[in-house]
Amino acid sequence: MPVYSDEAVVLRTHKLAEADRIITLLTREHGVVRAVARGVRRTSSKFGSRLEPFTHVDLQLAIGRNLDTVTQAETRAPYGAAIAADYERYTAASVMLETAERLVSEEREPSVQQYLLLVGALRTMVAGEHRPGDVLDAFLLRSMSVAGYAPSCWACASCGLEGPHRAFSPGAGGALCPRCRVPGSASPAAETLVHLGALLSGHWEQVDAAHDRHRREARGLVSAYVSWHLERALRSMPLLAREVSGER
Amino acid sequence: MYEGVLQDLIDELARLPGVGPKGAQRIAFHLLAADPADVRRLAETMQEMKAKATFCQTCGNVSQAERCRICADPRRDPTSICVVEEPKDVVAIERTREFRGRYHVLGGAISPLAGIGPDQLRIRELMGRLADGEVTEVILAMDPNIEGDATAAYLSRLLRSMELSVTRLASGLPVGGDLEYADEVTLGRAFAGRRSTGD
Repeated sequence: MPVYSDEAVVLRTHKLAEADRIITLLTREHGVVRAVARGVRRTSSKFGSRLEPFTHVDLQLAIGRNLDTVTQAETRAPYGAAIAADYERYTAASVMLETAERLVSEEREPSVQQYLLLVGALRTMVAGEHRPGDVLDAFLLRSMSVAGYAPSCWACASCGLEGPHRAFSPGAGGALCPRCRVPGSASPAAETLVHLGALLSGHWEQVDAAHDRHRREARGLVSAYVSWHLERALRSMPLLAREVSGER
Repeated sequence: MYEGVLQDLIDELARLPGVGPKGAQRIAFHLLAADPADVRRLAETMQEMKAKATFCQTCGNVSQAERCRICADPRRDPTSICVVEEPKDVVAIERTREFRGRYHVLGGAISPLAGIGPDQLRIRELMGRLADGEVTEVILAMDPNIEGDATAAYLSRLLRSMELSVTRLASGLPVGGDLEYADEVTLGRAFAGRRSTGD
């Protein structure tokens, strides 16, 4: 059986038969890959702990007719333990995995940028230097941008008129000037749009200093923006833990 | 495709978890060749199980009555509760004969990717059982995986404010195994959970 090597983040797992699992991976070179990992549910398995969601691994896979088979797995970074230890991180990181899987929907279609973005976001989440909710929002905005749905946080998404503007519409692509404003647009505070811009561009000092009111408002806009463009709601999004103010 | 009822049976069997089309075909042909009395007994047992088996109103374990055998047993320690994900975990722990307390079956683990949050589990019922103050020890016996770890972390945070001894089952090296073959995560956990030999 021909084999290939790649590095990957484990996105999700499904039970298969007695002791096997189907592992959904976001690989660096082969995009989303679904592979069978045999015997990983047994306590004697050497793979089990390496093929848990959130784990960054080096893999060797054997090409199969329908699904590939994991033949070797080495841990690069076990992000899972630090994520699962904190419920807020766990729910936020789960949304990241589901978003990555949805945005790289075509199996075996390489998406290096989405891959690097996810690895970076998991690393940042585990480092604990920023609020989990902010790391999630920054990831969501940037992964949408990589997928071609970059929101406009400053200039009008419709006519390009320089901001700041007081309207935001997920369907229209972000901030809107008074002339382009569409019915049903949200009217966020100017600081909220500045916060969105900082999340998108990675200005963490500005992000960390944001007021909780603007952070909450931005979170709602990001959630609406992602739901609109993914067309189907994320299952993990409603389970997002409510952030405790100031908690990191 | 086979004729009529045989194909119907294969289709029904293939809907069961862990049974694929080939496996379903094998079971169907086994039943076709089996003694009619054996097949009747199997069918009756399945119907009887469906009619009689229910879930214990106290702990959520599989039961034939309102309260399961363990909850109804006065010899079990009422001050200690072991929280597990599934009824089959109760059976696994009972086999050890190490635990003499009672159980609480959550019905799964928190998994946002599967759309399962705390509200979908029997966490409210657990809090109800702890409210009267009789229970002094809670043992979290979730699976040692990401969902199990997250569920245990959530429950630990929830129980922190109550005056309880909250512990989690140890993770580490399997008995009878060689240290050199242990993966780094398991070995790391074994290190983190090491204990004094003077105990």
